[in-house]
Amino acid sequence: MTEPLLQLTDVHTHIGPYHILQGVTCDIPTGSLTMLLGRNGAGKTTTLRTIMGLWRASSGKIRFDGRDITTCSTPSIAQAGIAYVPESMAIFTDLTVRENIVLAARSGPVDSARLDWMLGLFPALKRFWNLPAGNLSGGQKQMLAIARAIAEPRRLLLVDEPTKGLAPVMVRSMIEAFRALKAAGETILLVEQNFYAASALGDNVLVMDDGRIVHSGAMSDLVADQVLQQRLLGLSLDAHQ
Amino acid sequence: MTDIAVETSAPAELPRTKTDWVPLALVPALALLALPFIGSPSAWVTLTVAGLAMGMMIFLMASGLTLVFGLMDIINFGHGVFISLGAYATLIVLGPLAGWGEADSIGLNLALLGLCIVTAMAVTGVVGAVFERVIVRPVYGSHLKQILVTMGGLIVAEQAIHAIWGASPIPIRLPETLRGAFVIGDIVMERYRVVAVGVGLVVFIGMQLLLNRTRIGLLIRAGVENPEMVEALGYRIRRLFVSVFVAGSALAGLGGVMWAFYRQTLTAGMGMEVMVLVFIVIIVGGLGSVGGCFVGSILVALVANYVGFLAPKLALISNILVMALVLTWRPQGLFPVARR
Repeated sequence: MTEPLLQLTDVHTHIGPYHILQGVTCDIPTGSLTMLLGRNGAGKTTTLRTIMGLWRASSGKIRFDGRDITTCSTPSIAQAGIAYVPESMAIFTDLTVRENIVLAARSGPVDSARLDWMLGLFPALKRFWNLPAGNLSGGQKQMLAIARAIAEPRRLLLVDEPTKGLAPVMVRSMIEAFRALKAAGETILLVEQNFYAASALGDNVLVMDDGRIVHSGAMSDLVADQVLQQRLLGLSLDAHQ
Repeated sequence: MTDIAVETSAPAELPRTKTDWVPLALVPALALLALPFIGSPSAWVTLTVAGLAMGMMIFLMASGLTLVFGLMDIINFGHGVFISLGAYATLIVLGPLAGWGEADSIGLNLALLGLCIVTAMAVTGVVGAVFERVIVRPVYGSHLKQILVTMGGLIVAEQAIHAIWGASPIPIRLPETLRGAFVIGDIVMERYRVVAVGVGLVVFIGMQLLLNRTRIGLLIRAGVENPEMVEALGYRIRRLFVSVFVAGSALAGLGGVMWAFYRQTLTAGMGMEVMVLVFIVIIVGGLGSVGGCFVGSILVALVANYVGFLAPKLALISNILVMALVLTWRPQGLFPVARR
């Protein structure tokens, strides 16, 4: 069996006096789209930020492509090939859309074929190319945040709640964009509250509760098992369609 | 910044960026508004040129601090020492090259001024690097400690200046051709003030080009807004912090040189004396905004000059009044950048 691209082993994270991650263990296989689900406060965002080095793991191991990155700095982790799209999107609102993309392409000019592919995924960005990103709508900002993450080839995308607060039509666009990214072979770990979006996209699913992974498996199994959905997430897929 | 293939791929008929013209229009509006109150056009021109020159000198002293403030979230009350140090660094050049200053040659005089500027920027840049490492770095993230520690650093540095150059004020002379004034009809414009306007404009344009046309400028602008995300993109923000702190200190040194020749007297406290004004223009302009700092500096200096001419008793509070009015209108300053 091939080694997973990302592997978390008994990861604990403290933020001030709070023990947020309480032994997270999971694998993210290469080329898969893994959904990370769970109620608010379960530790999903903390998991992504800990992988990215933005919050330090108090103990445990994080291995990326066979290399221990637990104590690496955030820039080193990014340089190793992990891109992060935070829940707040964190686009640079005073910079133009173009400048946001330029900045994300660390290694130099954006390859024109890649750019065409990116703008094909998010055509709305073309119209605002030279405008400050602060002028974009919420959905367009989310598109820019994801475009920025894929401005150059990365090994793994960490995306935190990309559909949060978006209109249904925008959620559908976002699902299509992630389908295209998946088809392009990107490895993605995606935090999502919208079970409709999660079920439409995920190959695998991890469910968190109280700072631990309480379920991992194929998304299709969770979609097919309403009792399991009810037990893990307190919902049924029918209610979210 | 590297030009990218993006530009050729993006559609040509894109909407243009909207510029926030209102704060930019404040300066000419203020100048025009003052004209009928002042009455005499020649007095108005003299006051306006003097105000522009003063504004440029304040901008030179404040521009570095606004970047440090915006990017690093550091409240550096020790910034004034770099102004003083820059001023005293002129002595390193003025000692051996005093003859250049007395020569009736604009070339030699400007070369002397240029050498003073380069020396002051080098000295304050190096001291800035040490100041950041020894004094500022241990207190990142704690504003109260920053105020206390940088004030302490300021006091120590001022005493060091006393120890090296003595506690008495030191007079310096303007280079020969920069003394006196241009007289055109009834209009009197001091030559040195015209030079100060030129230096200020060159620095402002240089900073705008750096910030808007280079990758390092993009990083600084992005870092002012969200340093964590800059790190998540793979850039080492700490190195950028140090570079900006050094550049900010060097700019203060440049401002110190211009301020020193304007006052023609060196004192260790001369930097600290202008810090209130420096903080006012940074707040008026918007934390982290170089453009805001530029407009704010000119605005504050022009108001001080006009009010000083029309109602001298109000001159002392005119700066505070400008700040209060601007903050009432735009609570984050004329061009807010820092979102923290």
